[in-house]
Amino acid sequence: MSVHEQFGDDLALHALGTLPGEDRGALEKHLETCATCRRELEELRGDMALLALSTAGSKPPQRARERLLAAIADEPRAGNFPALTAGLEGVRRWVLLPWFAAAVLAVAAFFLWHQADRLSLQVADLQRKAVKQQGELERAREIVQTLTATDAMRVTLVAANTTPQPQGKAIYARDRGSLIFMASNLPAPPPQKAYELWLVPMNGAPIPAGMFRPDARGSVTLINPPLPAGLQAKAFAITVEPEAGSAAPTMPIIMTGAGE
Amino acid sequence: MRVLEPKGAAADLASISAIRSGDESAMAQLYDRYSSIVYSVALRVLGDTAAAEDILQEVFLHLWRNPNLFDSSRGNLAAWLAVISRNRSIDTLRKRKPETDAAEVLISVEPDLAGEAERARAMEKVRGVLSQMPPSQRASLEMAYFQGLTHTEIASRTGEPLGTVKTRIRTGLLALRKAFGT
Repeated sequence: MSVHEQFGDDLALHALGTLPGEDRGALEKHLETCATCRRELEELRGDMALLALSTAGSKPPQRARERLLAAIADEPRAGNFPALTAGLEGVRRWVLLPWFAAAVLAVAAFFLWHQADRLSLQVADLQRKAVKQQGELERAREIVQTLTATDAMRVTLVAANTTPQPQGKAIYARDRGSLIFMASNLPAPPPQKAYELWLVPMNGAPIPAGMFRPDARGSVTLINPPLPAGLQAKAFAITVEPEAGSAAPTMPIIMTGAGE
Repeated sequence: MRVLEPKGAAADLASISAIRSGDESAMAQLYDRYSSIVYSVALRVLGDTAAAEDILQEVFLHLWRNPNLFDSSRGNLAAWLAVISRNRSIDTLRKRKPETDAAEVLISVEPDLAGEAERARAMEKVRGVLSQMPPSQRASLEMAYFQGLTHTEIASRTGEPLGTVKTRIRTGLLALRKAFGT
């Protein structure tokens, strides 16, 4: 098999890149359909490569190598293959995106489920505590209501066949500064006057612990009058004072009692 | 155990593959292997070291940017680089835009030019063929190859018929091929 002879010399010139325009056009059209001439063109280029070897022997200076390596180090890659790879990676990213999104949603769902479960436990615990506190509050309210109810029957038991005497009962918790005082059989104070309860500390002057007027039956209950916490009480005492109260007790002391 | 590194064409393909991955050291290896061929051709065509260095830079940078331009179907890399260097040098010499796209350069050559020893043997053989060639034929071939002159220009310089010049150029190339047994 040989090349078409009418193109033989032109093929060599075409390989060298020196074939004039009109002849080149005709040859390129022929090459589109002639594999034999295309093969010959490739071999003529191989011959050109061999001819290039006749020049071999010159070595470029070292600076040329450094220049090239510096250039490629500074240059982003723009080859077709990396672009194709990037494209494939892009496709893979699109393909993987739903799976990635699903994974993220699964993790998020698990996290939210875990959070919800934890919050449910917290809510249940708080509900238990609230119910418990509500019960305690109800009992405390009932106690207070019973202690302070004006229609509650107050009975002071004394020895048989004796005349009821004025009595007072103070329950004092020093650490909390909490005081409950209940009294009975008290006579009504004089007009413009009221009873004043005093906390007598271990040292120092008595401290006001609340003004009160007993009801028609001589009973009264004071719950947590304002008192500083931590005061150690030696005794409690009651005096008759002006209704606005006094900074110091006015003698005489009507009732008094020390700690049991 | 000594690890055998690929040689010849296999080494070239491995380097090209590494360059596709952005391996700068692979580019340096290819440069060390073939810069002399590329530079020598450019220097012969342009006759100027600075201009030849520019061609050297351009050819290897082009390969770095477009490693897919070359694959094993295009022949061997040494031959491909030599032809690309010669063509770009002629374009520069003649102050014209590139006549041939490197992507279109397919090469078929018999000797394996990947090995340094093979290249040295091939170079000696080519120089032997050229020395045996009739001076008029060698002159026409070299004017076409190293100066990029058309057969019309050569005929004008030598005073020989156009057809004779065309045939001498072709038969001169075929003589090189024949020396390698094809």
